[in-house]
Amino acid sequence: MALATRPDRRPTVVRTVWDSTIGKKTIMAVSGLLMLTYLAVHMFGNLKIFFGPGTFNGYAHWLRTLGEPFLHYEWALWIIRVGLVVCVVAHAVCAYQLSRLDRRARPVGYVHRRPRASYATRTMRWGGVILGLFIVWHLLDLTTLTVNRNAEPGHPYQNVVATFHTWYGDVIYIVAMLALGLHIRHGFWSAAQTLGAGSRTRDRVLKSTANGLALVLTAGFIAVPVGVMTGVVS
Amino acid sequence: MRLTLRVWRQKNDRSPGAMKEYPVDGVSPDMSFLEMLDTLNERLTLEGEEPIAFDHDCREGICGACSLVINGDAHGPERTTACQLHMRSFRDGDTVDVEPWRAAAFPVVRDLVVDRSAFDRIIQAGGYVSVPTGAAPEAHATPVPKAAADAAFEHAECIGCGACVAACPNGSAMLFTSAKVNHLNVLPQGAPERETRVLDMVAQMDAEGFGGCTLTGECATACPKGIPLTSITSMNKEWLRANRKVSRD
Repeated sequence: MALATRPDRRPTVVRTVWDSTIGKKTIMAVSGLLMLTYLAVHMFGNLKIFFGPGTFNGYAHWLRTLGEPFLHYEWALWIIRVGLVVCVVAHAVCAYQLSRLDRRARPVGYVHRRPRASYATRTMRWGGVILGLFIVWHLLDLTTLTVNRNAEPGHPYQNVVATFHTWYGDVIYIVAMLALGLHIRHGFWSAAQTLGAGSRTRDRVLKSTANGLALVLTAGFIAVPVGVMTGVVS
Repeated sequence: MRLTLRVWRQKNDRSPGAMKEYPVDGVSPDMSFLEMLDTLNERLTLEGEEPIAFDHDCREGICGACSLVINGDAHGPERTTACQLHMRSFRDGDTVDVEPWRAAAFPVVRDLVVDRSAFDRIIQAGGYVSVPTGAAPEAHATPVPKAAADAAFEHAECIGCGACVAACPNGSAMLFTSAKVNHLNVLPQGAPERETRVLDMVAQMDAEGFGGCTLTGECATACPKGIPLTSITSMNKEWLRANRKVSRD
């Protein structure tokens, strides 16, 4: 009988992924890309506001009937919501755990400090926290309508206009969207590296795509409050 | 040249350390940074003070022993090792801060000397090719594609100095580990252990208490041998591939 040279058993793939820094980053990359896909669709849908209340409210109603008759009313929306919650929680839990690990790995800093990394890279953690808080406010404002001044269910156009008629509504939204742009700028490129998609020849394409996505999404989202502020949407 | 050095002095791993100031006179621009430290140490010895402990060996930029953070940069302002850094990179009257590598996995032994045996344990976890002993094999028995040989050589340039860990704000050892993984994984000789190598080395890297990679790129900027940041991307790819392969077996 041959001698077993390696008698210990390898942990399962799930365990390996969860216990590893690369595995946690993979979870962050996949959940991040899923959320990015959602945001692109979300931003595109938002722009319908420029075609008037009929189009926008009709679009919002259609979203609830999506998948009928196979799916019941609003089921498609709930499936997407559950998926997004899973993504946000997974993304945030991994980010928190990795950040704690990173701080522990460098307990003593250098006396001689110098600026490190780009602004987008340095602001990933706090930018993420800002985005998390924004999501809570955004849901209370335009989904549950708890803090909305108009708060008319079924009339999202009027609710959006009401939000962006308040100065704080505009400030919170625009600041969050700038944070989103920075987050996507480093996040998209990073996700590509984590998933092993980057290479020397592809680097410029990936960086440009990251910058392009960041710019288009930020501009597209900010167009709505700017539209309300300038009176294009009223 | 006349310089003011501020050097991290620490008696041992248990005692606290602090920056101490030393004026250094008569520095030649042709001296290497380590030679400048040698002259200071000679003076300190004559004055009865304990000389500054720092790691050094080949002084040719190929062994990876020197490990100084100079003015906040691992190995100082030039893209080379501290032993190959010359004093002409500084100006007369400069104040220069010299600190040890900072990472939880690299505890300070004394002054500027840190314990880098965590790197050795990462290598022991899989940074080798297992071969049966015996007569040397015929050199052309295993054809190596030119592209693979070039890629392996690029990664093999890593001298394991740890500048990547020192420069990384997370104290991550991803660049070192990826250089070692890729070096062997791209070669046909490394193929039989391709999956176990990357899984075991990454597991050991995490177990040593190094941080995770946030792709700041500081490591690749600091690396005296120019290991590219894409090395980390390649290792991520290898690691994901290994997990897929292992789960199927």
